[in-house]
Amino acid sequence: MSNVVILADFVGGVASKSTVEIATAGAGIGEVTALVLAPVGQGAQYANSITQGPIAKIIVVESNDFALHGVAAVADVVSQVINEIKPGVVLFVSHAFGKEVAGRVAMKTGSGIITDAVDISPDGTTTQLVFGGSTTVHSKVTSELSIITVRPNTIAANFVEVNPTQEVKSFEVSPSAKKATTTSSLPPVKGGRPELTEANIVVSGGRGTNGDFSVVEAFADSLGAAVGASRAATDAGWYPHSHQVGQTGKTVSPALYVACGISGAIQHRAGMQTSKLIAVINKDPEAPLFELADFGVVGDLFTVLAGATEGIQARKA
Amino acid sequence: MVDGLLDRANVDAVLNDLDEYAVEEALRIVEAHGGNEEGGPNTVTVISMGPERATEAVRKALSMGANAAVLVSDPALAGADAVVTASVLSQLISQGSYDIVICGTESTDARMSVVPAMISEKLEWAQLTFASKVEVDVAAQKASITRTTEAGVDEMSAQWPVVISVVEKINEPRYPSFKGIMAAKKKTIDVVGLATLGTVPTSSWSTVIDSAPRPARAAGVVITDDGSASQKFVDFLVEKKLI
Ligand SMILES: Cc1cc2nc3c(=O)[nH]c(=O)nc-3n(C[C@H](O)[C@H](O)[C@H](O)COP(=O)(O)OP(=O)(O)OC[C@H]3O[C@@H](n4cnc5c(N)ncnc54)[C@H](O)[C@@H]3O)c2cc1C
Repeated sequence: MSNVVILADFVGGVASKSTVEIATAGAGIGEVTALVLAPVGQGAQYANSITQGPIAKIIVVESNDFALHGVAAVADVVSQVINEIKPGVVLFVSHAFGKEVAGRVAMKTGSGIITDAVDISPDGTTTQLVFGGSTTVHSKVTSELSIITVRPNTIAANFVEVNPTQEVKSFEVSPSAKKATTTSSLPPVKGGRPELTEANIVVSGGRGTNGDFSVVEAFADSLGAAVGASRAATDAGWYPHSHQVGQTGKTVSPALYVACGISGAIQHRAGMQTSKLIAVINKDPEAPLFELADFGVVGDLFTVLAGATEGIQARKA
Repeated sequence: MVDGLLDRANVDAVLNDLDEYAVEEALRIVEAHGGNEEGGPNTVTVISMGPERATEAVRKALSMGANAAVLVSDPALAGADAVVTASVLSQLISQGSYDIVICGTESTDARMSVVPAMISEKLEWAQLTFASKVEVDVAAQKASITRTTEAGVDEMSAQWPVVISVVEKINEPRYPSFKGIMAAKKKTIDVVGLATLGTVPTSSWSTVIDSAPRPARAAGVVITDDGSASQKFVDFLVEKKLI
């Protein structure tokens, strides 16, 4: 059994679902220590927000350099912690930030790195989906320390209640990790809807919406779903780019993906074909996305969605 | 699949176009600041690592307007992982006299988006990555970017030398002009082996055990709407416990 360190992930100072997911992945390998990096004075608040997931211990490090100097500063302290406690495996969440931190830590510690794992077995063998999800790859890190980033929403999280011991440690960020400075920082623009990559259900609209996303949004809201879009829709300015699903947008793998008026270009599939269930609404029976559909409707998206929204609301009433 | 290495060749050629954004951004920086500003960057060198057939992609960058190109190509690098790739590119960069390195963010399989951060770590240069906007201040020898990721929008800046990576939204890459294509034919691509780079690690710390196409999804139900599709859709959601 090797010991596992996870870099805890926070959204607005609160531990995210991804933290529970990587803890779950780590617990299959060994005892999990969560590393909490927080602004000065907020370490306890960050650590106390970890109440779920198989985590044995929390190490808290406070510094304002994390926000100020970003990825480099975080990687610097993570590496110092690794040198002190010598885990066998370190896990990160596979978003832009987590992957970059992992990459720097791998360089600093001379270790191998595997990104975007969707599963990790107890012996450290990872599963990745590559080429837009069409190919499964099993890999393993061969260095003493394994650095692995885990894709959100792919590990069935163990939400066990926990109350891990907390230890506060102090580390200084090295000068070489302070070369880039953040001068302003804005959180993503949030509607009332869940984050696209974290949502259990994603409803996306394409060129078939002809610019009218109101039915797509109403249907998404009836399910508490996030709203996505094809590139045809984002390029036309119908929906923000931050909601684009696909090769050059986001990769999502929700429990259900609903594609409305989207033909199914390979670049779009690359971002959604690992979804557990796929529903497709398209008026063209030849639309290639039907090949992936668990449930497909050949029909007008406006009619079908409006009816389904009504049906769902009626069930709730 | 050859020798447990993942063959990316057939996919890369079609889809991997992100580095054009990096080339375009570099050209724009030089066009805006080169020549007329003292100490401004004035040449764009394309550096890449890959098999010799990667010269095609490099040639395209030259035809867009890049001045010079170096390609590290060595059989020992087949199947190189991110650590090896970043180490080799860092070594190559440290042998030149560059102020700004600009990379694309994603390769098709998205596994290489970490390389720019790793190069920054190796070189101990400032990291300005996931840029949707880049500004260069020659007098102050500074670069500033807007970092756009799912975590939000950050403004970041640093003194040169810097490693920048750009996201696809940053610009509209130019098409090579006829003149550019002709000029590129006369430019030489400097293909170097590992021997010229000195000591760099070449053995990967990660190995592919096996890879296989994912089984096709089981065929689902496709119905034609006759007025009852909405209800059947709701029934499907109920059956799958999604509502
Ligand atoms: C390098 C590169 C990267 C790319 N990256 C992405 C990416 O990240 N994401 C992405 O999505 N695309 C991407 N694309 C673009 C991709 O190739 C397609 O052009 C795009 O996905 C098409 O979007 P669409 O399906 O909405 O539009 P279309 O292909 O035009 O399909 C519209 C569909 O709507 C249907 N329809 C029309 N009206 C209705 C109606 N009333 N009811 C029901 N159905 C209707 C039509 O039958 C049609 O099938 C990329 C392309 C390139 C070259």
